Amino acid sequence: MRLPEQVTRLGIVIAIIVAAVLLLRFVILPDSLFSARPHQAAAVEREMAKPLRHAGVAACRECHEEQFELKYGGKHRNIGCENCHGPSARHAADENAEKPRLPREREFCLACHGFDASRPNGFPQVDPQQHKPRKKCVACHDAHDPVPPKTPQECGGCHGRIERTKALSTHALLACSSCHTVDERHMTEPRLARPTKPDSRETCGGCHAAGSTDPAASKAVVDLASHGGTYVCWECHYAHLPEGRK
Amino acid sequence: MSGAIPQSLHEQLSHQLSQVVGFIYPNEVETQWAILIVVYPYLTGIVAGAFILASLVKVFNVVEVQPIYRLALLTALAFMLVAGMPLQLHLGHPERAYEIFFTPQPTSAMAMFGFVYLWYLLGILLIEIWFEYRHQLVLMAQRSRGLMKGVYGALSLFSKDVSAEALAFDHKASKIITIIGIPSAFLLHGYVGFIFGSVKANPWWGSVLMPIVFLMSAIVSGIAMVMFIYILLSLLRNERLDMRCLDKVGLFLLVAIIVDFALEALDYIHRIYQSEESIGILTELVAARLFTSLVIVQLLLGMLVPLLILVLVRIVNFNEELRKLLYFSASVLILLGIFSMRWNVVIGGQLYSKSFRGLMAYKMEITGIESLVTALALLALPFIILIVLFRVLPPRWMEKNAPAAAH
Amino acid sequence: MNKREFLKDAILFFPAAATLQALAPTAEGKAESAKTPPDYDATRHWYGMGIDVDKCIGCNRCVEACKAENDVPDEPFFFRTWIERYQIRQNGETTVECISTRAAPPEQAEPEDPTVVRTFFVPKLCNQCAHPPCVQVCPVGATFQTQDGVVLVDAERCIGCRYCIQACPYGARYLNPKTRTADKCTFCYHRITEGLLPACVEVCPTEARIFGDLKGRADRLVRFHRVNPISVLKPDLNTEPKVLYARLDGEVR
Repeated sequence: MRLPEQVTRLGIVIAIIVAAVLLLRFVILPDSLFSARPHQAAAVEREMAKPLRHAGVAACRECHEEQFELKYGGKHRNIGCENCHGPSARHAADENAEKPRLPREREFCLACHGFDASRPNGFPQVDPQQHKPRKKCVACHDAHDPVPPKTPQECGGCHGRIERTKALSTHALLACSSCHTVDERHMTEPRLARPTKPDSRETCGGCHAAGSTDPAASKAVVDLASHGGTYVCWECHYAHLPEGRK
Repeated sequence: MSGAIPQSLHEQLSHQLSQVVGFIYPNEVETQWAILIVVYPYLTGIVAGAFILASLVKVFNVVEVQPIYRLALLTALAFMLVAGMPLQLHLGHPERAYEIFFTPQPTSAMAMFGFVYLWYLLGILLIEIWFEYRHQLVLMAQRSRGLMKGVYGALSLFSKDVSAEALAFDHKASKIITIIGIPSAFLLHGYVGFIFGSVKANPWWGSVLMPIVFLMSAIVSGIAMVMFIYILLSLLRNERLDMRCLDKVGLFLLVAIIVDFALEALDYIHRIYQSEESIGILTELVAARLFTSLVIVQLLLGMLVPLLILVLVRIVNFNEELRKLLYFSASVLILLGIFSMRWNVVIGGQLYSKSFRGLMAYKMEITGIESLVTALALLALPFIILIVLFRVLPPRWMEKNAPAAAH
Repeated sequence: MNKREFLKDAILFFPAAATLQALAPTAEGKAESAKTPPDYDATRHWYGMGIDVDKCIGCNRCVEACKAENDVPDEPFFFRTWIERYQIRQNGETTVECISTRAAPPEQAEPEDPTVVRTFFVPKLCNQCAHPPCVQVCPVGATFQTQDGVVLVDAERCIGCRYCIQACPYGARYLNPKTRTADKCTFCYHRITEGLLPACVEVCPTEARIFGDLKGRADRLVRFHRVNPISVLKPDLNTEPKVLYARLDGEVR
């Protein structure tokens, strides 16, 4: 069947376009234009070549061995130098080029140590309004070895949230040591010498068992034999706020 | 690194941040796909819909619709030429856009769409229009002089054969291309739906129904646009239009709306019934951020009211003038409603946090690249192109100048 | 070849030549001078990060360090990493807040909310997924996964279409307003390939962030992965994140 003339013409135009595209793609233009791979490799190189802004503790240590040793022995051992002193790669390369910041203002330390209820239990926190208001933290605490001038006598120094909760409860006047045995090493090595939790019902039973004469516990007296099976009391009752949250 | 971001961006983001309700991931404050990406599926939808309408004539032999066949094709072309522009303008690096064709990633729906778009424009639309208009172009070339003679000659690829066999071949070719064109049109706008529907990170978008709903709403908007232009032209030229044609188009529009409405209703019912984790925030999204644009404009004004109008026109015997007015109103409402639907999908999907815990806001800029002014210009541009196309490829030239050979 | 065709070819020659010239530099995939350690073999590493939520104190130093290290704009609209605070109440209601967008920590300790039963901080960052949806949708292959498991963005090829930002379920990506390309955490790739730690890990005061190599034999992350119950964010989306959270609360999204 003879192809109609217009189809031949259209066919030629299409053929020219297709040929031009194929020519460009496979002959004229370099293959690397049509693959993302070589560009990805180049991108990886470019990424690796980006400038460092933080030097890292090892670099700081090269010159500041003394501060490093001091910090290593204290509570701030795991904090990178640049957490407080800011990115210091330029200083590590040329000590006169730029001096890292020296944060001495109170707000800086409070960013970590100001009381915030969402912080983990046991993290040392202070109430900024009650703890030496307006005084610079560095006046009493060496940032590289921040041992407090006096070991906190109050558990609330680190266990602020628990202390605040308990302060509003019926157990407010109970000392922490009434229920928890605390080795004095806990003050300096908290995770190595943890306080105990009562492991028998008698700890609470001392005040709350039937027949107790303790006036403070008079409204919460139970017969231990029939109450709560063999569970230790704190498995149900939250001793820091026994009356519960509203 | 201190802030030297553009002032307009800073203002927009500060405002949007202040409008946040609940919790959002901090990077979500910026609306990544804004008004231009609302315009783009709107335009491609009209392309697909206008072509489907045209295909009714060629493939399904709905002769009543013949009067608007060429109008539908030219509408599809005019909107297709503009459809790529919002995308280009939206890119952070428009000068690199060619990379989509040079190094497309096969797993990316967006990359594959580039080829579908090219195929549809070059392989379907242009060739279809060429075969449809070839006879006229040959005649116009013969009867013109000077530059226009050259232009029409080139457009007809300098073919001269207008014998009966050649014309019969043109008709057959047209039909075959339309047959290929229908699934291609489905692919064109279905792909746009898939670009959204495949995003598992966003439950407002990521659903199996999304490509289908997008496609149906595209068909609705395409038919409505052709109807709108047809009536508008008759008003501007002060001419009678073919009421049989209009009524038939109205019938197809009615069927399309019913199917589209059913699908969208199914989507909502399905979501509410399944009640997955996202249902809480999505309900809040609709109530707090999308109530007017979704319930009032998209569903009520854009779908239910036109549905009622089109049903009414079928069951009550209104006179011609009133029918024209009702069809015009229905098509305008539908066009607004489908635009609102694109807004609700694109912007709506970015007004709630992927944490399911908060809502954001989008403050459209009035001027700038990604702005109201640009969007309106892009929406108006197809009409200007259409005016040019009417000059170069007048749809009714054959009836006036070679009545013996006209359809 | 007749006049018509010759003319057509001649006209096409000039734009074609100009295009070729413009494309030539791209063809070489030009690289700046790199200081890659010559013996760095990416296939021997598979990087990940562990997050110990119980240790995070919400100090935000990681966010500041990251912004300084990686030229992230200071404004509160762009983050490679951020901290969220969760407050879970007795009645099951959960309030979440991003503390990295606020201008400064509150001056006074906030009054305690007695209805809160659990409250904690959660650091978030790009999860460097093993099956990344962002890489899947990039139309030009500008974002890709390296052989050592880090997802990078080629800022010289990214066209700024923002599809990857939409595809990320974790909100980890943003469009850098200066480069107009997509940007995100890279695990400080320029640091880790030299044996240093990412900036956020470097400054974290409580070791809430653990960086490591899942292919390593004596590696902190490997141990972390062994001794802690691990979960990841949005596991149902099958992105296979490599940021491993220990004892993560079920309310975290």
